[in-house]
Amino acid sequence: MSKKIFFVLSIIVIVSMLSAGCAGQAKGTIKIATQTPLSGALSNVGSDMKNGAQLALEQLKGPLEKMGFTVELAPYDDQATPDTGVANAKNIVADPAILCIVGHYNSGVQIPSSEEYHTAGLANVSPANTNPTVTERGYKEVSRVCGRDDVQGAVGAQFANAKGLKSAYVIHDKTTYGQGIAEYFKREAENLGIQVLGFDGTEEKANFDAILSPVLAANPQVIYFGGMYDQAALLFKQAREKGFQGMFLSDDGFDSSDAAKIGGDPLLQGAGTYFSTVSGPASEYPGTAKFIQDFKAKFGHDPQPFAAQSYDSMHICLVAIENAAKAAGNKMPTRAAVTDGVRALKDFQGITGTLNFNSKGDLVKAKYFVIQVSSSDPAKWSENKISQTLELAPPQ
Amino acid sequence: MRRIVISPVLREILRPIGQIIIFVSGSGVILSALLLLVAFFLRGSAVDQATLEHNKMGILAYTLVNLPQVLIDGVTIGFVYAAIALGYTMVYGVLEFINFAHSEIFAIGAFVGVEILIALDTAGKLAGLPIWGAYAMVIIAMIAGMAAAGGMAMLMEFVAYRPLRGAPRLVPLISAIGVSFFLQDAIRLTESLTTGQFNRIFPTFGNFSERVSLVKLGLAGQVVDVNIQNKSIMVIMAAVLMLVGLNYLVNATRVGKAIRSVAQDRPTASLMGINVNRVISLTFLIGGALGGAAGLLYALKFTKIDPFIGFFPGLKAFTAAVLGGIGNITGALLGGIVLGMLETFAGSYLSVFTMGAAGAEYKDILAFAILILVLIFRPSGLLGQQVGQKA
Repeated sequence: MSKKIFFVLSIIVIVSMLSAGCAGQAKGTIKIATQTPLSGALSNVGSDMKNGAQLALEQLKGPLEKMGFTVELAPYDDQATPDTGVANAKNIVADPAILCIVGHYNSGVQIPSSEEYHTAGLANVSPANTNPTVTERGYKEVSRVCGRDDVQGAVGAQFANAKGLKSAYVIHDKTTYGQGIAEYFKREAENLGIQVLGFDGTEEKANFDAILSPVLAANPQVIYFGGMYDQAALLFKQAREKGFQGMFLSDDGFDSSDAAKIGGDPLLQGAGTYFSTVSGPASEYPGTAKFIQDFKAKFGHDPQPFAAQSYDSMHICLVAIENAAKAAGNKMPTRAAVTDGVRALKDFQGITGTLNFNSKGDLVKAKYFVIQVSSSDPAKWSENKISQTLELAPPQ
Repeated sequence: MRRIVISPVLREILRPIGQIIIFVSGSGVILSALLLLVAFFLRGSAVDQATLEHNKMGILAYTLVNLPQVLIDGVTIGFVYAAIALGYTMVYGVLEFINFAHSEIFAIGAFVGVEILIALDTAGKLAGLPIWGAYAMVIIAMIAGMAAAGGMAMLMEFVAYRPLRGAPRLVPLISAIGVSFFLQDAIRLTESLTTGQFNRIFPTFGNFSERVSLVKLGLAGQVVDVNIQNKSIMVIMAAVLMLVGLNYLVNATRVGKAIRSVAQDRPTASLMGINVNRVISLTFLIGGALGGAAGLLYALKFTKIDPFIGFFPGLKAFTAAVLGGIGNITGALLGGIVLGMLETFAGSYLSVFTMGAAGAEYKDILAFAILILVLIFRPSGLLGQQVGQKA
């Protein structure tokens, strides 16, 4: 009996492999990979980044298919951990059909993974990685469609200053991203004359009692958290329960409806909760009305932050591949041609605006927002109030 | 005749309560004294200046003013560790191996309890409950979590450990680590198939988050309001009840006698007519149920749970069990309290004492350094010598 099953199974496997081989039309298959956290604590945002890229691929692959290519999405799960990201990157690089990568939510994962892309000459368009190192290494393979933390941290500090706050306590999550942005916040805050009462890192995920006692003793006017929403929201909640009445301020890692779910009403009490971000609510951008509609129709909920940026990143990949293929006489383009193609785009019309890359791969002008959490209902996260919108150039 | 029958029962109830009071006050006093001593010697140093600048008081005053709150936080987390450590120590006492999957048993208790409460919350049954109703709901959720966790622990013993009994000691240990990974991802899979969520949140209801003012102290020229959250009181009460109940069960009942005899000598116990397999199953059931209850208490206190939630508390509780002397119930209690306090003390004061050079992120270094020291000078743990009492 089991032999029979084995026989049937092996036939199925062989047939499916053959058919997969034949499915590629005459000119072959082009794959575009995504690498985001699809499982784990940050999967809420990571999955929608993949969904945004998937939507772009389905809607915009027409031109490439007309040229005779099959276009496929290759989603990878980096689990928000550097080692998984690098292991995936090695697999991605080894697959010759992959010509472009949309990816990474966490800078700490993107930075080591992109070393692999760089070695292989594979283009990586990042929708969400804000740490300066991402582009400061000068790799021509790496470009991003969002702002940078050295600017974003400063935006946060300037916002606190504009609110008339005089003292801050800074906590971060010890990741490349969280510690990085916390340091930029601290630097700018000190420049502006805000007293930084403490600077502490923690990997703790549940029990913030110990780290909060020096914070509460110092009684700052604002607690700044550099890191992701799963830690930040809980830390803020516990601080409020311990009687802290000041303001909470965080970064674009806070931007997820899960923050409202975890933090709940305490986020709205006292002086409230604000966060700076490089990705405004999708409705903030001129071209996103149709995107939000399509996204909701396909996936059944409002897009999380960075889904629109992922849509644009995928769009950039597709156009770059298309241009490179045309230049190669409608043949399969090389990875190097795609890499050059990404940077060669001028005044790219994305749904998040008109995009131009500088020589490092940063946007010539990126948008920064400061947003106030205005409801503890996760479903209303995209209706949060925008306190400030800025368009700033990266430092030279 | 009658006195002899009753007095051991009473003694087994009163003794652990006495031990708890001695351990909590003892470790609190010793650690506070050490801390104040350090603060005393730091007077006039740069640390003193920095504290004066940031907090408008000197280092000694700062230490003193924050001390009561830190002690309360430390005791609360200490009792949680102690409750989890009981599961490690019971299994070690009977089978002499570390059940690393106990941290997932803890997570299962938390998940079952929290899912029940979330279901009740979405059905609108939790809103507007009277205070006693809210506590009753938490207790119901806790009992469900205990049942699930205890049942899973028994199943785990039957599937993964019983076939390996008699194998070299490393074999069940590896099996335990395997079970641990399996259960972690099984919880993750179940959650993503049913709710699609990774983080689950303990619903907000009742008055658990409110703070009760215990006492107003005049310290260092300031009035310090020492307060404690209702949920911390509940965590401590539940943990004390569990400890006393377990102590009574093990030391004053026939079942407990059977457990102790199996722990001492399995073949002989079996010759005396004790069903060894049943006793071992029961040990896992009790240890698992206590772990499950600790899981729900943890969720109540810290509100957010995820499938990997068991790892760190499990590791800490294991450390607590070793610190106190593994295999010894009283040791688990002492180890939990000492570790909880050490960790909270380190987390609260390190960054101030080192002027931010070594912040709260290093709290575990201090806690584990103490563990290493204890094991160097007392390899069997703080209370490890009472071998006869292991169970």
